[in-house]
Amino acid sequence: MTTLMRPDRRGFLGLLAGATLVAVQPAFALDAGQAHALVEKSLAEVYTVINSGRPPARMYRDFEAIFARYADVDIIARSALGPAARSVSPTDFAAYKQAFQGYIGRKYGKRFREFIGGRIEVTGARRLKSFFAVTSVAYLNGRAPMEMEWHVSDKSGRSLYFNIIIEGVNMLASERTEIQAMLARRKGDVRALTADLLQAG
Amino acid sequence: MRKAILSICLICLSACGNGNNAIYDPLEPVNRQVHAFNAGLDQHIVRPLARPLKGARNGQGGTPGPLIVANNVSKNLSLPGKIVNHLLQGKPGPAWRNSLRFVVNSTLGLGGIMDPAGQEFALVEQDTDFGETLHVWGVPEGPYLELPVLGPSTVRDTVGKVADLVLDPVSPHLNADQKRGKLALKLLSKAGKRAQFGDTVDSVLHNSADGYAQARLLYLQHRRYELGQDSQEIDPYDDPYAP
Repeated sequence: MTTLMRPDRRGFLGLLAGATLVAVQPAFALDAGQAHALVEKSLAEVYTVINSGRPPARMYRDFEAIFARYADVDIIARSALGPAARSVSPTDFAAYKQAFQGYIGRKYGKRFREFIGGRIEVTGARRLKSFFAVTSVAYLNGRAPMEMEWHVSDKSGRSLYFNIIIEGVNMLASERTEIQAMLARRKGDVRALTADLLQAG
Repeated sequence: MRKAILSICLICLSACGNGNNAIYDPLEPVNRQVHAFNAGLDQHIVRPLARPLKGARNGQGGTPGPLIVANNVSKNLSLPGKIVNHLLQGKPGPAWRNSLRFVVNSTLGLGGIMDPAGQEFALVEQDTDFGETLHVWGVPEGPYLELPVLGPSTVRDTVGKVADLVLDPVSPHLNADQKRGKLALKLLSKAGKRAQFGDTVDSVLHNSADGYAQARLLYLQHRRYELGQDSQEIDPYDDPYAP
């Protein structure tokens, strides 16, 4: 096997690398159009849930599922936890991440009534540093239109969004502040924070 | 005298700078005390008073309810002050649009009760204040401040609020009763906003692990956005563990 391979080892490796590139490219070659489509698709799913008329507790679980499908929960949860994420064990991090995901589903899901009868229009997408910014305008009842920007990246291996900025207010920065305040209240104990997150939101 | 106070404030302000996303809060211990007072005020007085207003937005048969009217009239009376600020910023376009809006709504809109300028002529309000004028003049934001009752601000925006009271072209033409009426409208309109955005305020002020830090972050980010200042994007893939 080794003798057979050796003469054209370089060629074989090259071929392998080439094949991997071809296989991986569709997932990694994020462009403005795909970023745009990703946001539109996730918004459509959010509105399907809002208009479903299901009981709120059920809706929060549906929102959580949409968040898990379209957002890079791993990087958001890691970034929200901040420096503590570096030293936490993989098991504790996984439990924290799961609790964080549910917390986000409930916290932002509780606001769904503000979106009833409104609409969000995706207006464009542009490259920003190493990721894409998808711009949209939210037309909600009784309010001036609001600018919403979605930051989409494919660095996780899939195209997912990792931040939403509403009228300049940054969700990731806000959750960093919140989670780190919750962690400080528990004196840095990530397991206690996880238990709190299961009740929060 | 007024000018002297203003120029002293301006000198103090220009002494302190700030970065893009930086939070400059040297007065945090005092600010936190004020925040605790404001949160208590909201919980015990403002929220219980504002709650019944939630249904008062819409009147009968599609007419605007008392809250919309209070908000419209109050906003209309604030337009001349905004026109002055746009002129001080060297922005004749928005000053002109606000002037037209003021004329249309004061006449056809029955003293600002209705908003035909916005609804029929697409003349929506061009918001500004003296805090923005100071920003346009190059005055930096200064330290973060939480004001009693009024809430989050910065030294620059607080100076702006005071200057707006002084510069307001409407108030010299009002007698004491009319001034009280104007204040009452403004308070009613604020209470209406508290009712409308109740869930948002609750989540920041009462349901957050550190309501002070949340309110400070939201205020500074939104204010910098309003003023068109570039914010630094967070790229968590660069350094997910950044504090």
